[in-house]
Amino acid sequence: MTDYRIKGATGDWEVVIGLEVHAQVTSNAKLFSGAATAFGAEPNSQVSLIDAAMPGMLPVPNRECIRQAVRTGMAIDAAINKWSRFDRKNYFYADLPQGYQISQLYHPLVGEGSVEIEDGETVKTIGVERIHVEQDAGKLMHDQHPTRSYVDLNRSGVALMEIVSRPDMRSPSEAGAYLRKLRAILRYVGSCDGNMEEGSMRADVNVSVRKPGEEFGTRTETKNVNSVRFVMAAIEHEANRQVDVLESGGKIVQETRLFNPDTGTTRSMRSKEDAHDYRYFPDPDLLPLELDDAFLEECRASLPELPDAKRKRYEALGITPYNAEVLTAEVETARWFDTLLDEGAAPAAASNWVTGELFGALNRIGKDITESPVTPGQAAELLALVADGTLSGSLAKQVFEVMLETGDAPGKIVEERGLKQTSDTGAIEAVIADVLAKNPNQLEQYRGGKVALFGFFVGQTMKAMGGKANPQVVNDLLKKALG
Amino acid sequence: MTDLTDLGIREIRDGVRDGTFSAREVAESFNAAVSNARQLNAFLVETPDHALAAADAADAVRAAGETLKPLAGVPIGMKDLFCTKGVTSTAASHILEGFTPQYESAVSQRLWDAGAGMLGKLNMDQFAMGSSNETSAFGNVISPWRRNDGGNAPLAPGGSSGGSSAAVSARLCPGATGTDTGGSIRQPAAFTGISGIKPTYGRCSRWGTIAFASSLDQAGPMARDVRDCAIMLEAMSGFDPKDATSLDVPVPQWEQGLNASLAGKRVGIPREYRVDNMPEEIEALWQRGIEWVKDAGAEVVEVSLPHTKYALPAYYIIAPAEASSNLARYDGVRYGQRDLPEGANLQAMYAATRAAGFGEEVKRRILIGTYVLSAGFYDAYFTQASKVRTLIARDFENAWESCDVLLTPTAPSAAFGLGEKSDDPLAMYLNDVFTVPSSLAGLPAMSVPGGLDKHGLPLGLQFIGKALDEQGVLNAALAIEERAGFTARPQAWW
Amino acid sequence: MSVDTATVKKVASLARIAIDDAHAERLVPELNNILGWIEQLGEVDTSGVAPMTAVIPNTLRLRDDVVNADPLTGGGIRDAVLANAPQAEHGFFTVPKVIE
Ligand SMILES: [Mg+2]
Ligand SMILES: [Zn+2]
Repeated sequence: MTDYRIKGATGDWEVVIGLEVHAQVTSNAKLFSGAATAFGAEPNSQVSLIDAAMPGMLPVPNRECIRQAVRTGMAIDAAINKWSRFDRKNYFYADLPQGYQISQLYHPLVGEGSVEIEDGETVKTIGVERIHVEQDAGKLMHDQHPTRSYVDLNRSGVALMEIVSRPDMRSPSEAGAYLRKLRAILRYVGSCDGNMEEGSMRADVNVSVRKPGEEFGTRTETKNVNSVRFVMAAIEHEANRQVDVLESGGKIVQETRLFNPDTGTTRSMRSKEDAHDYRYFPDPDLLPLELDDAFLEECRASLPELPDAKRKRYEALGITPYNAEVLTAEVETARWFDTLLDEGAAPAAASNWVTGELFGALNRIGKDITESPVTPGQAAELLALVADGTLSGSLAKQVFEVMLETGDAPGKIVEERGLKQTSDTGAIEAVIADVLAKNPNQLEQYRGGKVALFGFFVGQTMKAMGGKANPQVVNDLLKKALG
Repeated sequence: MTDLTDLGIREIRDGVRDGTFSAREVAESFNAAVSNARQLNAFLVETPDHALAAADAADAVRAAGETLKPLAGVPIGMKDLFCTKGVTSTAASHILEGFTPQYESAVSQRLWDAGAGMLGKLNMDQFAMGSSNETSAFGNVISPWRRNDGGNAPLAPGGSSGGSSAAVSARLCPGATGTDTGGSIRQPAAFTGISGIKPTYGRCSRWGTIAFASSLDQAGPMARDVRDCAIMLEAMSGFDPKDATSLDVPVPQWEQGLNASLAGKRVGIPREYRVDNMPEEIEALWQRGIEWVKDAGAEVVEVSLPHTKYALPAYYIIAPAEASSNLARYDGVRYGQRDLPEGANLQAMYAATRAAGFGEEVKRRILIGTYVLSAGFYDAYFTQASKVRTLIARDFENAWESCDVLLTPTAPSAAFGLGEKSDDPLAMYLNDVFTVPSSLAGLPAMSVPGGLDKHGLPLGLQFIGKALDEQGVLNAALAIEERAGFTARPQAWW
Repeated sequence: MSVDTATVKKVASLARIAIDDAHAERLVPELNNILGWIEQLGEVDTSGVAPMTAVIPNTLRLRDDVVNADPLTGGGIRDAVLANAPQAEHGFFTVPKVIE
């Protein structure tokens, strides 16, 4: 592996990256109120008196949000703090009705954990410092009116997990791998839908540069970057910008920056520049959060098999590492494949078929695996028909096409269309005799030593059989007939 | 026929039930008293129709021969810190001028559910910050009491629940809600010769009550006597799932449990409450209180609460810190007043709105609170104060080893004149010296009238009880009430 | 610790309360008087003492994940939410345009 380096005029620079990922917790209601969390509702239609910070309103936490954050912590092998508390982060902004965000600074719910990533050939462990639970802010719209910004509080108070990594990443691609892996874990756990377009997951990107081996440099934080590609682009741009600043004798200012996806550049964010003095203190409206063993036990028991474990299990079943990786990357694929195995499909053959035939077909018809017209049960049946010799590879392809169109079971298709492969030696021998009789020249050449013509006779025989002959039987009988 | 406004809560409740008079007659009498007393500036909003509607409902229930609710026919005053649906609620601050809640506070809802009606919203110190009612944005309340020196100097009704204390003592309502953060029920009760109890923190839901300092705020009743306080507190208390700090415990039948005998009880006298420069009259009243509880059968023991001295400074860190954050929501965006100077951006709008909307004392406390929480000072101020708070609570725990309830004066002086202390914030803060420690520990505490000073002004005695032992506090106060024979009342001059 | 005019202005800015120089200067002795008095807390030996976290011993209750179970804490009440807004348009609160 070659280290990622920025080539500067003064030599090579190393990039140091830490990510704070805000993941929206999957829950029906908000963290501290009973308003709905659904995406895309009419402005301010999912706002309670609490979310609008009306005078005298009080927060009461949603158990499901706590549970999902705990399960997420467990999924990255993190320490779960049985005693945690909520703090207020105080600042003024139009998307923050209370004038403070209820968050966790001093005693977060989840402590140290880690995420294993693969970047090319290299496996690396990225430390996670903490996960805390906090409220999302509302949304401002600036393009609706010439002199006014519009405030929609539907997002205000939705539960977020802030997952804070250690500054352990050293390249844009490592950061990309970390984000993809984290997203997969969240989606396996079911604690976040990982939908980056809808803002369910977004990252604050902390970047600094240094000469290899030197102390950490001053970092900047690029806020709310909402795709893996943009995170990588933001790092690339920001690291290069910092190298330019430093090499031209400047200093890096610790500041908040914004990423512009259209230009791929970052710029300083004026509106949040002032006074980073958040005056955190324990929220006096909330008591300490104390979790008992039964709660933690339930959280642990409800965790599914996670991507790493699943991949190892697949490999142990004889599935290639490449296929195992592809099949576990998305939770829906893994779920579909697990059902296929449950239906009795042979793992290695099934993995090839899913990653080849099925993915190809889905791609072609523009559907994802949850919308597949073919069920795992039908696919298992198809694979079984191939395994027991009823269908040849090419017949299987034909049957699969019909399955995609009609949604019928393969057995039914084979019956109705007579696509069954034949192993009837008498019938095949008759056809072979005919083929040899019709191609005397080729027969003479073959017998004269041009053995490559064997394939020609196979093809002619299969063609004459309408593709339904068992290829193995054809091979054997041809060898015999050709002497 | 007696003037119905001379009657207390129990008398009205029983009279309506027995048909001695109708609830409508009661409501009309009090409505008239309210509108005749505007000079006192006790009410910010008058709601005669609300009182009449509740009265008519009570009369209808009685006419139908059905069981009346516990407060049926009783009209009360509502401190303007409680949000009331469809009735402006301002915390006596300009910043909330015109704010009409679309919801009812948990405590006021409980009172309406118990059959009470509302005479109006009561004036108070702005955002409950003050001890004299002079911080109200809508003019100070004038106490109905006057010194007997013929000077007619306007006096403070105490604060922050000064509209409540003035209204009850002037017979404008038989009872009123108050809130107490550091003494805001007890001190005004003492200043006006009425009773008031702050229950255990968590007894009364804080939902819908405009927050001052969340870890200290508690609602409670203010009324003419101990029994009326017990009746009203029963209606106001109870678990509320909407308030995470609400206590999920049953509400005792305090009225039924009243018992003025203190036989077998030990009353503690905290040594550290003998503060410097305490007026002799207060000292003498305290001594009389000791004699009265002995007479009621109690054993009197001296106890020590060694951290008493630090309660006020700890309070004046914790309360402003919480307030600075609680009041951040008043920003002119979603409700209340907005001040948008020509060309101002969002942050300038906030600063202008808050500068124009908040009064001086509110600003002072927000600044103190902001300062003590700011980077570099948090541990020295807020964390240290929170630790001292633990020690103060521990002092009380230790005291309960040797006594059941504590007896102290309520305030270090009788009512002072309006304007006498308003230039010296610190002197004003020192008024809370006896009430703040029990607030920091979340304990139930009550003020009951004990007598008059040489100017003919009321003085109060305070009982502090163990957590959840409101009954012990009410009983001790009843023992004093029965022996003090306090019948003085302000002569109507308004 | 004591404050000067610059500190008072900084704190007022953090608290979003506009004050002019004269006001800030007036506040300096007032706040220093209060802060000086508060500082006697430093005398108290609090080593080994935990800060108070719950006034009355009690732990945090959690709510079920149900939408609009109680109309007082649920959503779907846009009119009530906007009823007191100093300025609202098309279902939004509005503020002076923010440039991010
Ligand atoms: Mg961040
Ligand atoms: Zn965050």
